[in-house]
Amino acid sequence: MGKEEKQFDELSPNVQANGYRVVGTRPVRPDGIEKVTGKANFGADCELPGMLTGVVVRSPHAHAKILSIDTTRAMKLKGVKAVVTSADFPEIGPKQRGAGEAPVSFRDMSRNVMARDKALYDGHTVAAVAATTPAIAEKAASLIEVKYKVLPYVLDAREAMKSKAPVLHKDVFTKGVDPRPKKASNVTQRFEFGMGDIDAGFAEADVIVDHDFTAQCVHQGYIEPHACVANTTQDGMATVWCSTQGQFMVRNYCATVCGMDISKVRVLPAEIGGGFGGKTVVYLEPLAIVLSQKAGKPVKVVMNREDVFRATGPTSGGHAYCRIGAKKDGTLVAGELTMEYEAGAFAGSPVHLGCMTGFAPYVIPNSKSVGFDVVVNRPKAAAYRAPGAPVAAFAVESALDLLAKKLNMDPIALREKNAATEGTKAAYGPKFQKIGYVETLEAAKNHPHYSAPLGPNQGRGVASGFWFNIGGESSAAVHVNEDGTVEVVTANPDIGGSRASMGIMAAEVLGIDVSRVKPLITDTASSAYSALTGGSRVTFAVGQMVCVACDKVIVQLRERAAKIWDVEVDDVEWVAGSAVNRKSGKGETLSLAEIANVAGKTGGPISGQSSSDVQGAGPGFGTHICDVEVDPETGRSTVIRYTAIQDVGTAIHPSYVEGQLQGGAAQGIGWALNEEYIYDANGCLENGGFLDYRMPVASDLPMIDTVVVEVPNPNHRFGVRGVGEVPIVPPLAAVANAVSAAADVRMADLPISPPRLLAAIDGK
Amino acid sequence: MAKHHVNTTINGDQTEFLCDTEQTLLDCLRDELGLTGSKEGCSSGDCGACSVTVDGRLVCSCLVLGIEADGAEIGTIEGIAEDDDLHPLQKHFLKEAALQCGICTPGFIVAAKSLLEHNPDPTETEMRFWLAGNLCRCTGYDKIIKAVTSAAAEMRGE
Amino acid sequence: MTQTQFTAPTTVRSAVRCLAEGGKNPKVLAGGTDLLVQLRAGRVKPTTIVDLKKIPELKVIKTEKGGFRIGAAVAGAELNAHKAVKKAWPGLVEGLDLIGSTQIQGRASLGGNLCNGSPAADSVPALIAAAAACKIAGPKGVRHAKVESIVTGPGKTSLKKGEFIVSFFLPKRAKRSGDAYLRLIPRTEMDIAVVGAGVSLTVDAKGVCTDARVSLGAVAPKPLLVKAGAKALIGTTVDDDALEALAAAASAACNPIDDKRGTIEYRTKVAGVLAKRAALIALDRAKGK
Repeated sequence: MGKEEKQFDELSPNVQANGYRVVGTRPVRPDGIEKVTGKANFGADCELPGMLTGVVVRSPHAHAKILSIDTTRAMKLKGVKAVVTSADFPEIGPKQRGAGEAPVSFRDMSRNVMARDKALYDGHTVAAVAATTPAIAEKAASLIEVKYKVLPYVLDAREAMKSKAPVLHKDVFTKGVDPRPKKASNVTQRFEFGMGDIDAGFAEADVIVDHDFTAQCVHQGYIEPHACVANTTQDGMATVWCSTQGQFMVRNYCATVCGMDISKVRVLPAEIGGGFGGKTVVYLEPLAIVLSQKAGKPVKVVMNREDVFRATGPTSGGHAYCRIGAKKDGTLVAGELTMEYEAGAFAGSPVHLGCMTGFAPYVIPNSKSVGFDVVVNRPKAAAYRAPGAPVAAFAVESALDLLAKKLNMDPIALREKNAATEGTKAAYGPKFQKIGYVETLEAAKNHPHYSAPLGPNQGRGVASGFWFNIGGESSAAVHVNEDGTVEVVTANPDIGGSRASMGIMAAEVLGIDVSRVKPLITDTASSAYSALTGGSRVTFAVGQMVCVACDKVIVQLRERAAKIWDVEVDDVEWVAGSAVNRKSGKGETLSLAEIANVAGKTGGPISGQSSSDVQGAGPGFGTHICDVEVDPETGRSTVIRYTAIQDVGTAIHPSYVEGQLQGGAAQGIGWALNEEYIYDANGCLENGGFLDYRMPVASDLPMIDTVVVEVPNPNHRFGVRGVGEVPIVPPLAAVANAVSAAADVRMADLPISPPRLLAAIDGK
Repeated sequence: MAKHHVNTTINGDQTEFLCDTEQTLLDCLRDELGLTGSKEGCSSGDCGACSVTVDGRLVCSCLVLGIEADGAEIGTIEGIAEDDDLHPLQKHFLKEAALQCGICTPGFIVAAKSLLEHNPDPTETEMRFWLAGNLCRCTGYDKIIKAVTSAAAEMRGE
Repeated sequence: MTQTQFTAPTTVRSAVRCLAEGGKNPKVLAGGTDLLVQLRAGRVKPTTIVDLKKIPELKVIKTEKGGFRIGAAVAGAELNAHKAVKKAWPGLVEGLDLIGSTQIQGRASLGGNLCNGSPAADSVPALIAAAAACKIAGPKGVRHAKVESIVTGPGKTSLKKGEFIVSFFLPKRAKRSGDAYLRLIPRTEMDIAVVGAGVSLTVDAKGVCTDARVSLGAVAPKPLLVKAGAKALIGTTVDDDALEALAAAASAACNPIDDKRGTIEYRTKVAGVLAKRAALIALDRAKGK
């Protein structure tokens, strides 16, 4: 299997040095049994008595005025209980509120959930219906008559920026441009980040490389389609069961879109079958709520796979131009990045994040990153694992590859020469604290993969990547049961094994066995607010709150022990899961369980809660090595070896950390080689299924070796850095650099599908 | 036409249900029988999340009509565990963290069990090609292959 | 709303009758791996579904006149397990085995793969290269036809109303024969063929090709029998020159489209590459390697 097998239970040097007892080990996850026996309940697994089925009616046009919607025939069909259109949702004025990883326009969101005057992409929701059976609901949907005036459409960012392009919104005047344009356009905003003077910088350069790159928009590809059940009662309460990355986000967004008080919406998170950022928004939930209100019954709405592709946010595709200047010895002196990202039908691509992250791993005294957010007739972009960063890194890391070749310098050595370290001021603003980028380059350089021989038609590519990771508003509660077991209650859906990590951290702080800790994920009515699962923040920020809540529990445990022993609380120390009496000299102890057994007699239930806007997230860096073999007669590429190296701070549960590295790498490989959206002559999606939207299957990939580097984040109890997003940032360039080496031709346009590669090889 | 009355065996238990002609076996398992362990990822046989066995053969239940279950023996994820004991595949998936979100896991376990019945000592390549019809977006397949390898070794008595 | 009828006859004759009485749009069901996808997507609205899998003649694999008779509803996994067919026609079995996943293999059939009428069907080029024939049943009785005459265009067959394929006949295999099927897909599994090439050939004791059939899939509105390809091989030792001529003939026979799976240019070029590679594998097999 992997090239040098670590012992499965081996502890990392960081873990050993800190003497952690549970952190850094690999216990079986607490929610595992349900998942391997099919008993875990995901979004579509909820059944309520009297439940109706909801079906969504979607625009078949890429861009069209909605002239009228006639629901009469649908309403007459026996079994139909409710029909909704935009008339059932309040008009929302321009109001901006921060949420998740990007500022949110509720006006745009509500128009995305339900089109108002215009359909802006093939698949845009125009109506929905609820009926007693799926078959009746489907039939009713087909009876809803929508009259459209079809308009010309545009799908590509650069095309959409041209003066003759069809304009999607009459009220979009480019922000970030001075003077403000007088004409509406498809460019919603211009962003700029940088430092120094790039003209002076390039003037100093001995060597300059530049290239234009393109990447297609790709879907997060979660295997579980969006699904929810909404149940409303006559007192105006709505209870929603859904697959989501953030139950508080769903509550907030539904309340706003449906025009309800937040307290009237209660959201219960189901197990989530993949999100990767794509489930940080709502599509079906507001529809289900209003259908349920009108029908007086619970309504289940589940997307089919084609609708997932047609109508849910992929990440942005776009163009990136990159120019880099360096001295003969490889010192970078100037960097320029100009990007145009497709936001989809409404503003909000992550182009600004691309601008902020592209050069972040490097010390470049003069840099300028400019980004344009451009609307096009595609579904509204949603977050996808390190949104914005992969495409920017594709450009920068490919350009560095070109530079390394021009300088005849080893690509890792080039990066080492310019690596950001503690104290480096990033082009997007802050000074880095302790970071582990250099350590990942070290590990890559010394890895056997890097020096393994290559055969004919094989090539090796290296690339690095960066992601900020975030903290944010988080909450956790820890309750001690009468028998000494402990409930750790959080409100962040588990998308990658975070329950296991919460349990481990609580067990470590409390000093008890991890089997005595029960992590739970609860609903919006049963926890203080916590921002959604995303931004690689849960193990870091929610974990920090778990630790602080456990600290509070320990204070109470010591107080109870002090009471039992009749000493001062300062005379009681908490050691290895027990209170120790330091006053008596005899060293009596009381275990957590013993104290818990009599909690009722010493003051009542023992419980701790902590909420905060957690700061101090540790940025993450990764370096990947990829070997590809190319068939020069057919243009097929095969990834034959892959190593993902990343600084994770401290791996709380190493298996799940490795899993993040492997999963992100696999998604990046798919993005680089085969994934893309294909539209027909009418701007309608042609490949809305897993047959022709080609994600990697098991036989497409080799084992993905991982190296978990640990440079602990000083701002977390156990040194945690976010892990989940960094791994998708390097692979696009790692693969492209490998193919370019194998085929001896630069591949700058993704995906590198066989027809594209063969054409490039033949065109040499 | 009235609904079909289907008599079948599911995980060894005699079972009956009513269905329309157009309901798939997946629809029937989930909606008529409450066996929601088999998942719907695509309805076109491309993701394997609905994998079951019909008369011992591995199939996508989204591509079998419910009525075809009449007189057949159906095996689903709910029948993999041996009473109180987990099947070696289930144990190793847990031990080796071969799942992250878990939505593809039932399909993989049913498919892997079928593989090991067919070939108790598969190579890595044979495993990957047998399991190519089961999509996973979270793991990159690495730990899944490792878990199947370990389970296979345990089942061979090694 | 009227429901789709369903019936599972146990003889060919009663199946013919069920189709005749099956309303405006009766459909046969074997593995269902195409029909159910189309049903779910609303692309087909049958009045009756006639399940053919309970008819023994459609599920049998047996020897006949030195060759093989394979029921049209035999699943790929069942054919793959049949040692004798696999030994005589490894390319054909490979082709059927490449369709979809293991799960699809549990159901997909030769009859369904052919009659779905996709020019990219994986089992068809090898069937054509094998000079296979179909036995067809219908209201006017039983008839036989060459496989290459069945698909007439994308999604269209030459079967008349109420007809269905009962079985396939693979002729007796001459000594020193071999076949192979290769396809180009971007991933390693699960994709529809962008190009498919099936080659069957026979060599004499001196290694000279005495008979050959070459077939291409996914490069024209229907699967092709490339007679010029066979001509390029017969009488040669399948050396480099012959292979180049074969590749040229294969590319020349292409009449593909640009679609979401490939371009005209790409398909034309790769058809030649795959024809050569398939011929070499068939040659090795013919020589007993």
